[in-house]
Amino acid sequence: MKTQAKINIIKTERTGPVIFSDYKRGEGIKKALKQKKEDILFELKDSGLKGRGGAGFPTSTKWMLTAAAKAEKKYLVCNADEGEPGTFKDRVLLMEYPQLVFDGMVIGGYTIGAQIGIVYLRAEYEYMLEELENYLSNMREDNLLGHKILGTDFSFDISIRLGSGAYVCGEETALIESLEGNRGEPRNRPPYPVNTGYMGYPTAVNNVETLSAVPHIVMKSGNWFEKFGTDRSTGSKLFSVSGDCEKPGVYELPWGTTVNELLDIVIAQNTKAVQIGGASGICIPKSQFDHKFGYEYIPTGGSVIIFNESRSMLNVLKNFLEFFVEESCGQCTPCRIGNVKLLEGINMIERGDFTFQYINTLKELGKTMQLASKCGLGQSSPNAFISILENFKEEIFHTTGNNGFNGKASK
Amino acid sequence: MLVIEKNALSEEIEGYVIKYGKDRSSLLPVLQAIQRKHSYISDFAQQEVARFLDIHPVEVFSVISFYSFLHSIPTGRNIVRLCQTITCDMANKSKVVQAIERELGIKFGETTKDNRITLEHTNCVGMCDQGPAMMINDRVYTKLDPEKAVNILNEIK
Repeated sequence: MKTQAKINIIKTERTGPVIFSDYKRGEGIKKALKQKKEDILFELKDSGLKGRGGAGFPTSTKWMLTAAAKAEKKYLVCNADEGEPGTFKDRVLLMEYPQLVFDGMVIGGYTIGAQIGIVYLRAEYEYMLEELENYLSNMREDNLLGHKILGTDFSFDISIRLGSGAYVCGEETALIESLEGNRGEPRNRPPYPVNTGYMGYPTAVNNVETLSAVPHIVMKSGNWFEKFGTDRSTGSKLFSVSGDCEKPGVYELPWGTTVNELLDIVIAQNTKAVQIGGASGICIPKSQFDHKFGYEYIPTGGSVIIFNESRSMLNVLKNFLEFFVEESCGQCTPCRIGNVKLLEGINMIERGDFTFQYINTLKELGKTMQLASKCGLGQSSPNAFISILENFKEEIFHTTGNNGFNGKASK
Repeated sequence: MLVIEKNALSEEIEGYVIKYGKDRSSLLPVLQAIQRKHSYISDFAQQEVARFLDIHPVEVFSVISFYSFLHSIPTGRNIVRLCQTITCDMANKSKVVQAIERELGIKFGETTKDNRITLEHTNCVGMCDQGPAMMINDRVYTKLDPEKAVNILNEIK
């Protein structure tokens, strides 16, 4: 059944201030296990590390809450279900820097008092599974994982679970539902997973990139980490850059880098628009390219998609909405129906069969979805609709016919 | 389905349940194992999974219907998933689609007559920097062009 062709993995020499700086496997675990749990939490607090999946919840707070919860069992879940269009940083981290991800998990497990770590790996990354399992076996052999790690009283083991192709499972409660063997439908929050998570036990769910920063913070201190970036967004961020540029790929840059600076690094020319944060993010026109990346300016999980002058923004928007119509879990009405209505609106604009009044109604609908949807998917899916129709209304409504997107609409 | 085949499948599923644990949380790993081996999860397999895990069969079907990588109707021996999300789309995905459909004589969503290949679209496979990308079963192929894609498909058994 399997063919002989090799997976095409391009390994590049990567450099970066934090994540891609020097780190030897296991050294973070060694140092952390000699420290008190509280000290690691304080170090994390000093670092100001926030969740790298995009939501930006302070990691130290999440871990303090999980550590404070009283339960016989606790879990640490690594969210490797990166499904956001234009994001592939977790792929790079897991394939090229597994030492950071897994050491981060062990340190996290020690800090919050968990015994079990679970990596929720998206089905699309199944080809990594064997290599990652081998890596974990090696860690067990070296006593960096398993029973009484490095002779201490701390025991922790990691297992890998595969997803099955559902974008919404990147949402932490949907991910937990999926782990429990259910449909990946998000839960109401509260209760939050830090209190009632996997199997009802306290569970910290962290992004791959967040966990990868932890060993560096343990080794080099929170103050060192905090020096990078801006006041409210400390450290660095991995940007997954794709689209119309000469050098797509993963780049580590400190927070506070401007969109223009990033475009120069990847050699993007004739750029018309940049989609920040993937399909659920926002689309900015040229006039806003001097904005900085950061939780306080343009929050992002790191997806940067570049569009040059030849692209039709209407087709881009259509592609995003088709994505959401397919990936909505269907549980709550604003998201299930709303995305379909927005897509219908796009089709009407495409045909030239629309009224501005109706489009404005759809924008209102988008705002309602942002408020009324149960989880982040429906709350953020109208972002692209609203920002593209607002920022590119000239192109979409004022000029006749669009430039086409490789000549014709998608599909 | 012959009784012997049914018994063999039952035994196989029991093996998975023993391996992953007799627990609701094992449902996905068990279903994934069946999907991997048989390319789909038949009604009978669903009932057996339900019986071993002590849940209602409709719960099993409900989970299968939710996840796009699990199938309850037969598929080809190889499932080809071409990424349809934005950056692959921008990298001339539609040309690859046309070439594949022409070469295999089927449309996306269909299975070849010899049961060799099922064509599907999928959402972002995380290869946006190397698009267009497709997956054949669990393998990823990137930087496709129409000719390369067709050559790869012609090679698989």
